[in-house]
Amino acid sequence: MAEKKHLLEVNHLKTSFYTDSGEVKAVNDVSYYIDEQEIVAVVGESGCGKSVTQMSVMQLIQSPPGKILGGEAILEGRDILKFRATSKEMRAVRGEKISMIFQEPMTSLNPVITVGKQLTEVIRTHKKVSRKEAWQMGVDALANVGIPEPEARMKNYPFEMSGGMRQRVMIAVAVACNSRLIIADEPTTALDVTTQAQVMELLLDVVDKMKTSLIVVTHNLGLVTRYADRIYVMYAGRIIESGTTEDLITKPCHPYTIGLLNAVPKLDANEHEQLTTIEGAPPDLANLPDTCAFLPRCPYAAESCRKLPCPELQQVGEHGHFSACHLKIRREDT
Amino acid sequence: MSEPNILLKVENLKMHFPAESTWFGKPTRFVKAVDGLDFQIEAGKTFGLVGESGCGKTTAGKCVLRIFEPTEGKIYYQGTDISRLTDSQLKPYRRNIQLIFQDPYGSLDPRQSVGSIVREAVLADGKKRLDLDVKARVEELLTLVELDPSMAGRYPHEMSGGQRQRLGIARALACDPKLIVCDEPVSALDVSIQAQIINLFESLQKKLGLTYLFIAHDLAVVRHIADTVAVMYLGHIVEMMDAGELYANPMHPYTKALLSAVPITDYYTEQKRSRIVLEGEVPSPIHAPSGCPFHPRCQFATELCKTQAPSLKDQGGNHLAACHNL
Repeated sequence: MAEKKHLLEVNHLKTSFYTDSGEVKAVNDVSYYIDEQEIVAVVGESGCGKSVTQMSVMQLIQSPPGKILGGEAILEGRDILKFRATSKEMRAVRGEKISMIFQEPMTSLNPVITVGKQLTEVIRTHKKVSRKEAWQMGVDALANVGIPEPEARMKNYPFEMSGGMRQRVMIAVAVACNSRLIIADEPTTALDVTTQAQVMELLLDVVDKMKTSLIVVTHNLGLVTRYADRIYVMYAGRIIESGTTEDLITKPCHPYTIGLLNAVPKLDANEHEQLTTIEGAPPDLANLPDTCAFLPRCPYAAESCRKLPCPELQQVGEHGHFSACHLKIRREDT
Repeated sequence: MSEPNILLKVENLKMHFPAESTWFGKPTRFVKAVDGLDFQIEAGKTFGLVGESGCGKTTAGKCVLRIFEPTEGKIYYQGTDISRLTDSQLKPYRRNIQLIFQDPYGSLDPRQSVGSIVREAVLADGKKRLDLDVKARVEELLTLVELDPSMAGRYPHEMSGGQRQRLGIARALACDPKLIVCDEPVSALDVSIQAQIINLFESLQKKLGLTYLFIAHDLAVVRHIADTVAVMYLGHIVEMMDAGELYANPMHPYTKALLSAVPITDYYTEQKRSRIVLEGEVPSPIHAPSGCPFHPRCQFATELCKTQAPSLKDQGGNHLAACHNL
């Protein structure tokens, strides 16, 4: 597999925010990759740095207080972190190469401009086409994401649409630009289960038809079990486990991944069964310990963990299954 | 199942909001947000109300809380009909029925400290108390929801989402309520925190004998916490059953679709599981479809479904479903 060219390869990315309470290490030496037409999920609790990682790659980190301290992001052979955030090249990357879809589509769409105008604006920024052609491309993009009566919908304002519909518009922007990679940041968190399923099926469809790749950032392990090819689990600014969906879900190795999996309410569990939780709260990123960041919450914590430095990712299985834990834990699978 | 066990009983509850009116203000069209609900909740049990946004589940909750006066129907709380009481008559009931919101941040005053938020709720009944007693009660409530009493001096923005939701629960518990309406209390939280809050709800129920009306769109959560589950669609209950039956034996096509949309973390089952992806969205309750409200999205719809609305019928074993095709 090593011979295969990755679409995007991020190495040793470090992003910090400088605040009154000190340096907040939001992304702390994160490396990952995504191949062509692959669906990769980045999973973690709020504040684990999963969104900041994606924002850093897109150079959308507000500076100050944020700063990308190091690392590289190779997209089609070029390190896009070398570009200045406001440069022409970076603007071409955003939208044309990588599209981002956010959690709350209402805040990413302009409420006082019609959907059509916003769509054509994006298209005309990236493609040399006439207003009329851009409009037609917009209509096609809306039709492609399954919005009924696309011509009429172009004249709508975002508030005239439902949450699921708005999220479709965001996907339509990505479709219209022919992006190579779509980064969806919690794309379905604000939506109902049924709409969530619709939006995810649509994204799968887009990946299939447009031959794009997809990074899904989410806290919902159930969602990624169904849709992702590979998973990265993040905790306190680091990737603590990675692997194929099958390996990671059926044979999780890191206590945090095991905890996350156990915390999801099961449909077939006994009624009123106590849910297994991860005690405590995520650590303060401004004040990270030298030891494993998960140690205070870890049910398996051993004496040796307290003495050793923060564990590095180590191979624990085939197909690139890595875990950052001093202990060799295996969850028994039923 | 003797009668005195029933804490809350709702009969033919309807809540219609005027949508369009004539030039003189006489309403001509109505949003039928809730259109004929019947259910009852036993004391000490949890009743789950599930459905997509816009199905009327929150409106139903607000009627029970008497934030809205229902258009039609009766709400019996411990045998007394509270659906037509005036504000002053309602006062004693307000203490017994409390609510918890989805967004703990939006429902807490950002300029009030944690202690002061809870203290306000403790003092709400207007009784004279010693300052010392009030302080003790606030500490007791914070401990009850597993918050450190030393946090009393903090402000909501200094807390995490899970801690804020705990604070919301502490405030609701301040006047010893019997029934708590929980409106999507965990849907804004991360899974790990969600699990903590669900466990807290269950332990509080055991400790204080609380009764919950639990409103949510996540079937897995409701399935976990509720004893009885009602699935709502466009203002109607389409299926109602014991929580165990929900997963084992769903009958209504809408319930089946909802269940198949719930993502699960069992890899091998998930690969095999068939998905029913519902086309389209919930129709507007102003132009509700004729016949069965679900027929435009139902793959089994027949001519009969288009013209005649099915009634909620007992399918055996306390399992009610409203579908012609059963």
